[in-house]
Amino acid sequence: MGRKAIVDRRKCAYCGACVAVCPADANELIETFLEIYDERCTGCGICVKMCPMGALAMVEVD
Amino acid sequence: MYDVVVVGAGPAGSMAAKTAAEQGLNVLLVEKRQEIGTPVRCAEGISRESIEKFFEVDKKWIAAEVVGARIYAPDKTEIVMSEDMAGNEVGYVLERKIFDRHVARLAAKAGAEVYVKTTMIDFERKDGKVKLKLRKLGEEWEVETKILIGADGVESKIGRKAGIIKTLKLNEVESCAQYLMTGLDIDENYTHFYLGREIAPGGYAWIFPKGNGSANVGIGVLPKMAEKTAREYLDAFIEKEGIEGKIVEFVAGAVPVYGEIETAVADNIMLAGDAAYHADPITGGGIANALSAGYYAGKVAAEAVKRNDFSANFLRKYDDLWKNDFGRKLRRNKKLQLKFIEMDDALLNKLAGAIAGKNLREMSVAAIVKELLKAHPKLLWDLKDLF
Repeated sequence: MGRKAIVDRRKCAYCGACVAVCPADANELIETFLEIYDERCTGCGICVKMCPMGALAMVEVD
Repeated sequence: MYDVVVVGAGPAGSMAAKTAAEQGLNVLLVEKRQEIGTPVRCAEGISRESIEKFFEVDKKWIAAEVVGARIYAPDKTEIVMSEDMAGNEVGYVLERKIFDRHVARLAAKAGAEVYVKTTMIDFERKDGKVKLKLRKLGEEWEVETKILIGADGVESKIGRKAGIIKTLKLNEVESCAQYLMTGLDIDENYTHFYLGREIAPGGYAWIFPKGNGSANVGIGVLPKMAEKTAREYLDAFIEKEGIEGKIVEFVAGAVPVYGEIETAVADNIMLAGDAAYHADPITGGGIANALSAGYYAGKVAAEAVKRNDFSANFLRKYDDLWKNDFGRKLRRNKKLQLKFIEMDDALLNKLAGAIAGKNLREMSVAAIVKELLKAHPKLLWDLKDLF
């Protein structure tokens, strides 16, 4: 399956920065929490670079 | 059916809703958060002129007034910009939590309906109008509108789905973190800007006073150039500067530094504020342009309703208005930003040294660049016609 983004909701400041840069529209800021849609995530890692909080990470999934 | 649905109750959205409602339109303003104005995602600074253009200033939403700005090069060479006379405040640091609610209330007072904790899940343009799917407290329903104004922030769903804006690349956006600190020992008459690749690669750090020893202490970095998170850069900055105080609030966010987009409209749709990447690419300031854009969008919406024409072609009037107002400045400051991010700390020190001690009376980016052009014309040669 490859790499996917995951969010640590305890670190996330729900600012939406990752949503603004996701080329696959895989992230959504819903009211006060971040949702990552695995089926859309391409594993590019752009959101991890963007996150001001270090709340996002890439993980290997199978 | 609504004349206008505005998504996002920040300065751009509330201003658009207020303006459209004042023109007699049937307006709905939707905000996904349960509280308007929080979290702020903003350093809250704005020039006095920009705010007084639209509002009678109310001390309730002004945290502090400043007489100028101090800009620090990496070696601490200081550029001071201020008006001639002490007591002549040129800028405000807002209390956005109160200000944003104030503007939303003005929209409501003008007749707009306001729904908070309400998310726009989806929209579809059909038969010359827009069908929106909304959700509040788990309940979903549909509304129809002639015009949809997307003031839904840098993460704009509307702009992307309508194909108006492109997703930001990591060199077109600042990753930002900010603490509200208290118990600080700072000069509260000025906003403070700290430059340097080491401190804030591709951006800067700031201290914006909020009165009584409090201030927004924040940082923006360009993710393309950054080697760690904005929060880590912020902590390093605070430690390096020896800033002592207690942190009483923490926010993060993204600021678009894209420059001018070609168009902010599509059939039935207008984008305003951060959703249209209206923030200034060099300062990151977004409130002033957001207010202006919202105002123009509201005005054009009223004209469109009168003519019963919601085509992109007609809505381009809105493009003309915001572009005439601040489009040129976005273009110009984008060029400057591209130049700025190439500057290493040695060059920043040299440039600051060349104009330190000069009396910069005008509080603007242009004033600095004009002085720099006098001191080092070759370094900024390609910008000379812009300033």
